[in-house]
Amino acid sequence: MTAHRDSTPQDQAPRPPHQVLDGTDIARVITRIAHEIVERAKGAEDVVLLGIHTRGVHLARRLHGRLAQITGREIPLGTLDITMYRDDLRLKPARALEHTEIPPGGIDGKLVVLVDDVLFSGRTIRAALDALNDIGRPRAVQLAVLVDRGHRELPIRADYVGKNLPTSLREAVQVRLSDSDGVDAVLVGDRDFTAASRSALTEQGAQAAKPTEPHLPE
Amino acid sequence: MKRHLVSAADLSRDDALLILDTAEELAQLSGRAVKKLPTLRGRTVVNLFFEDSTRTKTSFEVAEKRLSADVINFSAKGSSVSKGESLKDTALTLQAMGADAVVIRHHASGAPARLAQSDWLHGSVINAGDGTHEHPTQALLDAFTMRRHLNPGAGHDLAGRRVTIVGDVLHSRVARSNVHLLNTLGAQVTFVAPPTLLPIGIENWPCEISYDLDRVLPKTDALMMLRVQRERMNAAFFPTEREYSRRYGMNGLRLAQLPGHAIVMHPGPMVRGMEITAEVADSPRCTAVEQVANGVSVRMAVLYLLLGGATLADAPADAPRTETVEIAQ
Repeated sequence: MTAHRDSTPQDQAPRPPHQVLDGTDIARVITRIAHEIVERAKGAEDVVLLGIHTRGVHLARRLHGRLAQITGREIPLGTLDITMYRDDLRLKPARALEHTEIPPGGIDGKLVVLVDDVLFSGRTIRAALDALNDIGRPRAVQLAVLVDRGHRELPIRADYVGKNLPTSLREAVQVRLSDSDGVDAVLVGDRDFTAASRSALTEQGAQAAKPTEPHLPE
Repeated sequence: MKRHLVSAADLSRDDALLILDTAEELAQLSGRAVKKLPTLRGRTVVNLFFEDSTRTKTSFEVAEKRLSADVINFSAKGSSVSKGESLKDTALTLQAMGADAVVIRHHASGAPARLAQSDWLHGSVINAGDGTHEHPTQALLDAFTMRRHLNPGAGHDLAGRRVTIVGDVLHSRVARSNVHLLNTLGAQVTFVAPPTLLPIGIENWPCEISYDLDRVLPKTDALMMLRVQRERMNAAFFPTEREYSRRYGMNGLRLAQLPGHAIVMHPGPMVRGMEITAEVADSPRCTAVEQVANGVSVRMAVLYLLLGGATLADAPADAPRTETVEIAQ
């Protein structure tokens, strides 16, 4: 039966992505992660939030707002660009750098919570850990992600997960956030379809913002 | 970005802004405890200096080391060049040793271009000053300094800003690179110099020319003083040094004529008492020292953008040596 289905041409055409999280889901997830951080860090007194470019920065900003509501204090917020620490730099032409901003208090002796949108191979997080090593010596480093899609290539795990999303390597996970994409949503679809729709989008030039980079295996 | 940086005229507006924005990010690094990035680990950069230089050579070396490249310094004095080796043979030697990039300063105009066009070397060629031709990284760091003072922010250019370059334009590679780059970035350039120190054909450059410094000063956003390059002078270009410094030198009285936001720049080395008085050189409006600091950031940006991503040397057919290094890693 399965073999038969696989051979039909209909099924081999890339499927359009379907939505797994909508705007209210994402808001709920961020609220929950904020509460978990406060609980695990015992009031989040020495927490520093660092968002990893691009969508991790938006998520960190939202998390920061939620934490301020819960604790009534301003949690230091920064951004981290890991381009210079990537292990695949030599596979593509040199990339433009994003802005790294470490909060004025630094990260020495603090509990750094890295924030990213999708946890996949773990290579981005490895690069982020290397970057942190050059910036200072945190008391501990934790990781918060919106989606964990599995397929790790390194011994790295997340401390706070918005949603565990079992995927196959043929699929692509797209995170869209209103800050850069106009809408809050997490989509899962065939990577072929995502690639096709992405090139279509670029050709149209309709979307002002950069189209989301699907998290594909490299 | 192209593979080489030989002339500032090769840079498009987007290229130039990409370098300046990248440099802006890398400038943060100097405030950190660990001023190093692993980006160029395993890449070899040769500093090939056929002409004396302290500032540029040190600046390139610091930039290369901050990006973790392997640095080889090669100066003409005390090397096989003084025994009569040609540029080609030196280049072939460096290629055999596996240089991923060559930073070259040469007394002959066009030497870096010759190196870049030839197939003697597979790596990138970065011009660190050739004869009286060009010095593109100096122009980039000047533009970076001007942008920080006159129009700060990523993605900004120098549109409408008025830059006055004063002094020995004839022998200045800095002036040549600057006029191309500043024009690309939208600035208006005015040269002020005695007629004998302006090159033939300057009327075709995208710039204005004046012989009266005092008249230009009130309409200047950035004033760049050039050194009188006595080592390149083989004739009498002006009657006396005193006359030169009275007509074209920068002093306290002239500083007061500049608009309040204007900066005084100098690519160095400064000759105090000649083109600039100590009063101006030590004033907070003189950016000479800041330019040196910015030079490191800008050179890091250039090295990263030329060498940080995939390069020709990474192609397996071209350089088996690089390949084995990567497998070993």
